[in-house]
Amino acid sequence: MSGWLANAVAAGARGLAGASIRWLDCRPESRQRVYFANHTSHLDFVVLWSALPQALRAQTRPVAAKDYWQSGLRRRLAVGVFHAILVERSAAADRDAQLQSARRSLDLLVEALERKESLILFPEGTRGRGDEVGPFKSGLYYLWLKRPDVQFVPVYLANLNRVLPKGEVLPVPFISRVAFGPPLQPGDNETKESFLREARNALCALQHA
Amino acid sequence: MDRPMLWLVEGVVGGLIAASLVGFFLSLRVKSDSGKATIQNLNARIRAWWIMIGVFSIAMLVGPVGSLALFGFISFLALREYVSLIPTVPADHRTLFWSFFVFTPLQYWILAMHWYGVASIMIPVYAFLFVPVRLVLSGETAGFLDRAARIHWGLMVCVYCISYAPALLILEIPGYRQQSAKLLLFLVIVVQFSDVFQYIWGKLLGKRRIAPLISPNKTWEGFLGGVASASLLGMGLWWMTPFSPLQALGMSLVITLLGFAGGLIMSAIKRDRGVKDFGSIIEGHGGILDRVDSICFSAPVFFHLTRFFYITHGKTT
Repeated sequence: MSGWLANAVAAGARGLAGASIRWLDCRPESRQRVYFANHTSHLDFVVLWSALPQALRAQTRPVAAKDYWQSGLRRRLAVGVFHAILVERSAAADRDAQLQSARRSLDLLVEALERKESLILFPEGTRGRGDEVGPFKSGLYYLWLKRPDVQFVPVYLANLNRVLPKGEVLPVPFISRVAFGPPLQPGDNETKESFLREARNALCALQHA
Repeated sequence: MDRPMLWLVEGVVGGLIAASLVGFFLSLRVKSDSGKATIQNLNARIRAWWIMIGVFSIAMLVGPVGSLALFGFISFLALREYVSLIPTVPADHRTLFWSFFVFTPLQYWILAMHWYGVASIMIPVYAFLFVPVRLVLSGETAGFLDRAARIHWGLMVCVYCISYAPALLILEIPGYRQQSAKLLLFLVIVVQFSDVFQYIWGKLLGKRRIAPLISPNKTWEGFLGGVASASLLGMGLWWMTPFSPLQALGMSLVITLLGFAGGLIMSAIKRDRGVKDFGSIIEGHGGILDRVDSICFSAPVFFHLTRFFYITHGKTT
């Protein structure tokens, strides 16, 4: 029943953000994927999700921060409508507690991949100002270690920070852009640093595409 | 609908059918790659014309409210293309929100209420003063005047100037009551045919570039041929206006010259920002603003010339 609602919200967000969608050396396919994108606005996952062909939407789940999206209306929207997976962004000072929460989050994502679902992920972990892609958290790398068979597709979202910047409630209808890039092709002996660097470079390459 | 209007509709539809046929046969005959690209673009433009004329006809048939809603929506989309292209900072956010969701609908609502006195000053006076006030409240001083000027310019060109086209509907010209929809039609036909004629003359004869630094595709041949053909067309349409044939020729000349200036000015902005089109919403044409740039600059002057000579001046003498 939430399917039509999700599509309606997505159509609204996409219309408002006037998103033009481009697939560069990448086709919309039903194979299992992790779409990873830069993060500048609360609209990001809705617009990215709505940029996918309808057939792919049902099997693609956004990953969102629990601390922001877990209460009230936000939860109903993120979880109830878009079937988001809420993960912890640990703020604990204790290193052990941090590791544990990271492990729990990773388990949730791996479970989703086991269920043949695709994911939408924001590896910066938090919203940036939109001028530069921030450093990636290591979760993306560990996810790849567990499931190297899944395609990792970079998606650059432009101008959404102008539509709904950090700290604003009312949107301004700038024309935004969603660019899907070619899937990553990691080598056999990638280190955490090399994998994350290449992933980030692949995303930044779409900035002016 | 009276008989000449019926001829006009038949003429436009017949012209489009002819254009579509020519486009189709050209696509069969042209073999070179560059020629194919040109014909593809030509056919995309013709297809888009069918849609644009369809939408415009529906709006006209609905009546003044339909035309106001259509042009209001065009203003909204044009403003959106404009602000997406120019640099803005986060501190501009709420001022921009007001521009889109308050001033744009308000301008068209005031026109729907026939409050000419308010419509003519709402943006030049109230929005002009409101924009810097709202910006200063945001507390960001860097580039203040630049930021205010950019928003002012967007509101003036995309909202205020475009709104003069449907504002023709509320002009009450003695002896021409209930007919001002034809005045809007006259403006749109002359402006758009001027663009089309300039394109055709430019493709056929274009050699000497008129403004190579701004718009490499515009030529003297296209400009002169387009302005002359569209002005003559406008003169031929005198019967649907309150003008005499000679007056219709003069008005058309003003409309086409200003339309050309508008296109050139918008090209200068695009060139400065390093893009070719404002958007990609209309296949083959680019963005909304690429199609209505000539209306932005011709509609206000056409409105005020008509108002001055046929209402104000008419009353005093």
